[in-house]
Amino acid sequence: MLARLAANRLLEIRQLFRQPLSSRSFSTALNYHLDSPDNNPDLQWEFSDVNKEKAKEILSHYPSNYKQSAVIPLLDLAQQQHGGWLPVSAMNAVAKVIEVAPIRVYEVATFYSMFNRSKVGKYHLLVCGTTPCMIRGSREIEDALLKHLGVKRNEVTKDGLFSVGEMECMGCCVNAPMITVADYSNGSEGYTYNYYEDVTPKRVVEIVETLRRGEKLPPGTQNPQRIRCGPEGGNTTLLSEPKPPPCRDLDAC
Amino acid sequence: MGLGMLASRVMRPTASKLPRNLLSHFHIRPIVSTPESSAAQAQPEPEPTPPPRAPVAGARVHFKNPDDAIEVFVDGYPVKIPKGMTVLQACEVAGVDIPRFCYHSRLSIAGNCRMCLVEVEKSPKPVASCAMPALPGMKIKTDTPVAKKAREGVMEFLLMNHPLDCPICDQGGECDLQDQSMAFGSDRGRFTEMKRSVVDKNLGPLVKTVMTRCIQCTRCVRFATEVAGVQDLGMLGRGSGEEIGTYVEKLMTSELSGNVIDICPVGALTSKPFAFKARNWELKGTETIDVTDAVGSNIRIDSRGPEVLRILPRLNEDINEEWISDKTRFFYDGLKRQRLNDPMIRGADGRFKAVSWRDALAVVAEVAHQTKPEEIVGIAGQLSDAESMMALKDFLNKMGSNNVWCEGNGVNTDADLRSGYLMNSGIAGLEKADVFLLVGTQPRVEAAMVNARIQKTVRATQAKVGYIGPAADFNYDHQHLGIGPQTLIEIAEGRHPFCSALLNAKNPAIIVGAGLFERKDKDAIFSAVETISKYAKVVRPDWNGFNVLLLNAAQAAALDLGLVPESGKSIESAKFVYLMGADDVNMEKVPVDAFVVYQGHHGDRGVYRANVILPAAAFSEKEGTYENTEGCVQQTLPAVPTVGDARDDWKIIRALSEVAGVRLPYDSLGAIRSRIKTVAPNLVHMDEREPATFSASLKPDFSHKMSLTAFGSTIENFYMTDSITRASKIMAQCSALLLKK
Repeated sequence: MLARLAANRLLEIRQLFRQPLSSRSFSTALNYHLDSPDNNPDLQWEFSDVNKEKAKEILSHYPSNYKQSAVIPLLDLAQQQHGGWLPVSAMNAVAKVIEVAPIRVYEVATFYSMFNRSKVGKYHLLVCGTTPCMIRGSREIEDALLKHLGVKRNEVTKDGLFSVGEMECMGCCVNAPMITVADYSNGSEGYTYNYYEDVTPKRVVEIVETLRRGEKLPPGTQNPQRIRCGPEGGNTTLLSEPKPPPCRDLDAC
Repeated sequence: MGLGMLASRVMRPTASKLPRNLLSHFHIRPIVSTPESSAAQAQPEPEPTPPPRAPVAGARVHFKNPDDAIEVFVDGYPVKIPKGMTVLQACEVAGVDIPRFCYHSRLSIAGNCRMCLVEVEKSPKPVASCAMPALPGMKIKTDTPVAKKAREGVMEFLLMNHPLDCPICDQGGECDLQDQSMAFGSDRGRFTEMKRSVVDKNLGPLVKTVMTRCIQCTRCVRFATEVAGVQDLGMLGRGSGEEIGTYVEKLMTSELSGNVIDICPVGALTSKPFAFKARNWELKGTETIDVTDAVGSNIRIDSRGPEVLRILPRLNEDINEEWISDKTRFFYDGLKRQRLNDPMIRGADGRFKAVSWRDALAVVAEVAHQTKPEEIVGIAGQLSDAESMMALKDFLNKMGSNNVWCEGNGVNTDADLRSGYLMNSGIAGLEKADVFLLVGTQPRVEAAMVNARIQKTVRATQAKVGYIGPAADFNYDHQHLGIGPQTLIEIAEGRHPFCSALLNAKNPAIIVGAGLFERKDKDAIFSAVETISKYAKVVRPDWNGFNVLLLNAAQAAALDLGLVPESGKSIESAKFVYLMGADDVNMEKVPVDAFVVYQGHHGDRGVYRANVILPAAAFSEKEGTYENTEGCVQQTLPAVPTVGDARDDWKIIRALSEVAGVRLPYDSLGAIRSRIKTVAPNLVHMDEREPATFSASLKPDFSHKMSLTAFGSTIENFYMTDSITRASKIMAQCSALLLKK
């Protein structure tokens, strides 16, 4: 009796701490396809002539009986060509190139969260949501972005310029929090994928506005006090030349 | 799977420790056994040699090369196994059943469920036995606390997102997860978050999906890819969002799709027609065979009372392995519809009137006596068993006529040499072939299980397949060589590029479709095929690759019994036609004034023209002998009682012969089988394949008398080929939804 009461209480406390269900995050969108006017298997999709050459080059990296190894680079190429997302017909086209059943390509495309299977903006903003960034305030950054752009996560702004998504750790924990801007505004030729680190809710809004104006912005840390990944305001330790590790005298042998 | 045994074995060590554990960790989980405590306990006394155990489910060890044998120890018991076996297989040979979800002996190894963890000495962690090759001297421990704890952990994770809906789940009672959770599951979960839910997929009218129950074993994905040969299913997403699906809205268009129901270890994929009909423990299983095609797949009919509720495959390595086609699995609802249950006579107004057996037989006997013997014709249907065909032939012979044949065999079929109408290499023997030449046959629709063998061979050895016939659906790589006899002549004369493939092959196999039996130039085609088989060395003392793929269950036995008509044109001049379940006869050829008797179980095509109907038992209601396309003789057993006043086919003919005054000399199944023995002794050797002994060709040499009309496709609709399947609602749904337009 007492144990049950205690267990119930514990559950209640847990419920309190739990995030509301709507914000439960999955790294990927739906795992199945829903037909829509701009995304259905009947649409024609082909690599552009320039990208056909690129695809040929990519395929040449792999033995001719292992064409399927090229699935990820080809999907990436297709995504760049198609403004940052992969319609079903693009995946079918990739399947045809690498001579596998379409489902094998769908499997790969749904596995990686970097492949967007629904429409994204020309600038796709990805907020890192992994622990170090989250501790350093990535939730606020995402909220600020969403509020500023007036969209929900994975939704595209009305002008088609921006969309916000979440991603897992990109290895910039030292400059957390960070966002990534995938720039699809110039097709696969002008495609860039830049990290903006040490961002604040205020700074991300400025970044968005700069991008909206079409200006270039130097990637990397947004903290003027910091040089690359160095400590803010210069080193406080390791000030002298680092000593080499003690090593036996090789010449003596 | 012997899980009861497994459960009891797992419970035993726990039970002995239970009191102590209960005292110390009463408030925690009493089932958890701690590895340390029992290790200390087991150490002091030396282990007595455990008694030898019998292999699981008759697992056989086949040593290709005696030098390859290695010895491993399973729970201290030494077993000899061939090199390359996995730890799990070694355990099976040693008689230990390892719990598993993703491992399936006929599919590739995935190793993703982790349920088969065992302890291996000197290995730091428990190893997944299904994916671990057994090494010489390996000491495998399957019932140690480490292994048990590992499996309990896996089980807890599997049950985390699994809905606890066993009471409304159709898999209940035959669910691997349910069974194994009895052995390794906890009585409570520690997971307090929300369980995930997954959208159900629409896989068509046969397979019901409840994807929330899925445990991602990927058996269905591997089955679809490797056995069915249709790459429709896949594993989508990652992590907790992972799910099985087709991504785009797509039905599973395979003729073997029903098998995913059997291989699914949980209730994620269940039978749609069987949904909520019965629990498996309420059903009576009857081990019988399938008659919808000439393969004779081994099946189990599950029935409750008078109703057939479902059909499941039985293991037969030589015929259907453990799969059956969708037609075999789901046509059973046709057994309830359109049944003929009373003898009926068509009155003057053209309507049928139910009469007594006595009256019906008297009418038939009287008309038969009034007809001239050469105007009497008997046709056996494609579902007829050997006994009834024997009785029909004997009856007609006694009446003075020998115009009796089986539909599908044509009228000028050569029944003299068995090798001329059997699959001489055997169905399992096809796996040895490395080049296939398919002549006028579409195995995917004609015999789905034979097609599965070819698919398996092509997938395993990259065997080449050449096909001559109309454009058809294949689920493996093939070359479409041509559409008709022209190509066959080219190959026979050695002018075709495919000839080099045939000549270079070690074991070439030629499969000729039985649809060609109906062609007028059948002899010319067969002699062309024989020319090919002569120069490509298809028939050798050690290999016979000359195969005929029959279409119907009755065909082989009919030819063995000599059911060939005297003249080809007998039906045009017939005055008395006895149709024994024959529905695919061209009724327009039957003269208007002919008297037609239809003896059968379904009100199908034959009934429209019949004057008298004699109701007979379907294959699920009688004991009957069938010979399949490779010459293997098997029998059906009655699973359910007959409908209404229906009787076994041979009994009807026996009774009719008495009324007609030409009494047949057999009163029991044993007696009629001894009569069969005098005609075709192979037909009484049940479950044995009698190969054709004599395959030397006595036929005229290859001549050009072939007509150049292209080969036709024999089966238009895979799902509806006989009277039972045509009556089935499920098969109608399948043909509406799944057939490629």
